[in-house]
Amino acid sequence: MRPAFSVLLLTTLLGVGQGLFFAVYCIQVLEHFEVRVGPAGTLFYPLAAAISLALLVGGLAASFFHLGRPERAWRSAAMWRTSWLSREVIVLPALMGCVFLYGVGHWLGWRARPIALGVDATLAIGAVGTLLCLLLFLCTGMIYACLKFLQEWHTPLTVINYSLFGCASGLMLATAYAAVVEPGLVNYIAAWAAGFTLAALVTRGASLVRNARLKPRSSLQTAIGVKHPRIVQKAQGAMGGSFNTREFFHGASDGFVRSIKWWFLVAVFPVPLALLGLGLAAGAPALLAAAFVVQYLGLLAERWFFFAQANHPQNLYYQQIS
Amino acid sequence: MTQLALVIDLNVCVGCHACVTSCKEWNTSGVAGFLSDDNPYGKDPTGTFFNRVQTFEVGEYPNTQTVHFPKSCLHCEDPPCVPVCPTGASYKRAADGIVLVDYDKCIGCKYCAWACPYGARELDEHQKVMKKCTLCVDRIYDELLPPADRRPACVMACPTSARLFGDVHDPESQVSKAISENGGYALMPEWGTQPANHYLPRRKTEIRVRVEDLERVDNPLKVDGKLPRPRPDEPSLDDVTSW
Repeated sequence: MRPAFSVLLLTTLLGVGQGLFFAVYCIQVLEHFEVRVGPAGTLFYPLAAAISLALLVGGLAASFFHLGRPERAWRSAAMWRTSWLSREVIVLPALMGCVFLYGVGHWLGWRARPIALGVDATLAIGAVGTLLCLLLFLCTGMIYACLKFLQEWHTPLTVINYSLFGCASGLMLATAYAAVVEPGLVNYIAAWAAGFTLAALVTRGASLVRNARLKPRSSLQTAIGVKHPRIVQKAQGAMGGSFNTREFFHGASDGFVRSIKWWFLVAVFPVPLALLGLGLAAGAPALLAAAFVVQYLGLLAERWFFFAQANHPQNLYYQQIS
Repeated sequence: MTQLALVIDLNVCVGCHACVTSCKEWNTSGVAGFLSDDNPYGKDPTGTFFNRVQTFEVGEYPNTQTVHFPKSCLHCEDPPCVPVCPTGASYKRAADGIVLVDYDKCIGCKYCAWACPYGARELDEHQKVMKKCTLCVDRIYDELLPPADRRPACVMACPTSARLFGDVHDPESQVSKAISENGGYALMPEWGTQPANHYLPRRKTEIRVRVEDLERVDNPLKVDGKLPRPRPDEPSLDDVTSW
């Protein structure tokens, strides 16, 4: 598949935004149950919600560049019964609304006024938002995992990777954010950021191993229904390429794809972890910010590889321009 | 239930691309708008087509066969492109099983093209909506046309009658009989899409010459019972009568 930059931005920005919101809400829950992870001031929650919302809006904006007819995007909420894309289109604005209300609630000090049973409105809105976060991870992952003949994607690991990468990058951002806004929380959040990054390393490694062993179920024999071991395409019916040759081939060399794989394996896992450790040891927010930036760039490369690695069976019909 | 479909006889197709040009001519001139072309006479011509004829070489020289392979939307009975569409622009008609795109609802997200293992869908680069074979739905029901012309443009154009059109759910239809009697098959059966379009395989064409075709034999009318044998000295007419 050809990686579309709008989709790379969409999936990575949404992941960071979701992960940041998830991290901040978890801090609030821990505080609510009086687990002492460090005090969070009045600015911590609303500002984090604003950043998370900005990332979600950025992701949504990027998605419009993928559409041929963006002015009709509102129609895409219609088929939620069958389409994961449609479900994502519904869950994303709902999450944005929750994050917005969550930030506003904190800003207006709703936290001091419990509604019932000692639970205030921000805690309740955050719970709904967290549920929507998880649903959005599920929707985003399933958009790819539900396509059964894209065998590289058709695995629960796709959903797991999207979720863990989103949480890891969001927590990385939360670490750098806390270092500036709420230094008391840094060590705690950094530990979770490292934990999610290592978990993502395990699951992404598992999917790399799985995909390396895949045997394509379709072949030229099943594609045209001729049972002969040697079939060669001589013409694909078009001399200058078509939508099929543009959309489904990334056009990069095998060596480039392999180098992207190693680049993202280095940029997503060891480098941010090392920067995280250095940043904590030196107490330098700049290093923690660098850890997030490097990991985010690595995730762009990871997403590029995710698309480039998927080999669409339609490519069997488009091997040769005569 | 009706499931309209094409049956394409690879044994007969000569790869002349008449179906491609006829399809393009009909469908670029219809109410749904043009099928755009870029650089039609330039270096890298490209455009939107519903139907393409591809060519494959099977076997190793000198034992090779050239297979011309027309490919268009297969109108799957379980089309994977339909449920993924977020807007409902892609749909399968219950009445006749044709899979269609509503160009006024399509947002051009290309997800349906990702979900089609056959590469049957092409995004129009100028209208920015997904396009695909409609089985000439604006033609086959047109009562202003004589009944013989109410067939898809590709079927009308095929000079060798390699393309048959009909209801594959009707066991008495020409297409159903062609499938069952000539070993019709579906493409990529491993994905369970149940394509409605079928292909008829290449078949070895042999001329069978029997001895009876060349030489007159006894009792050609298969009359039962032994015929009276003429005595050796009697004249006989064609070994049948004797007097």
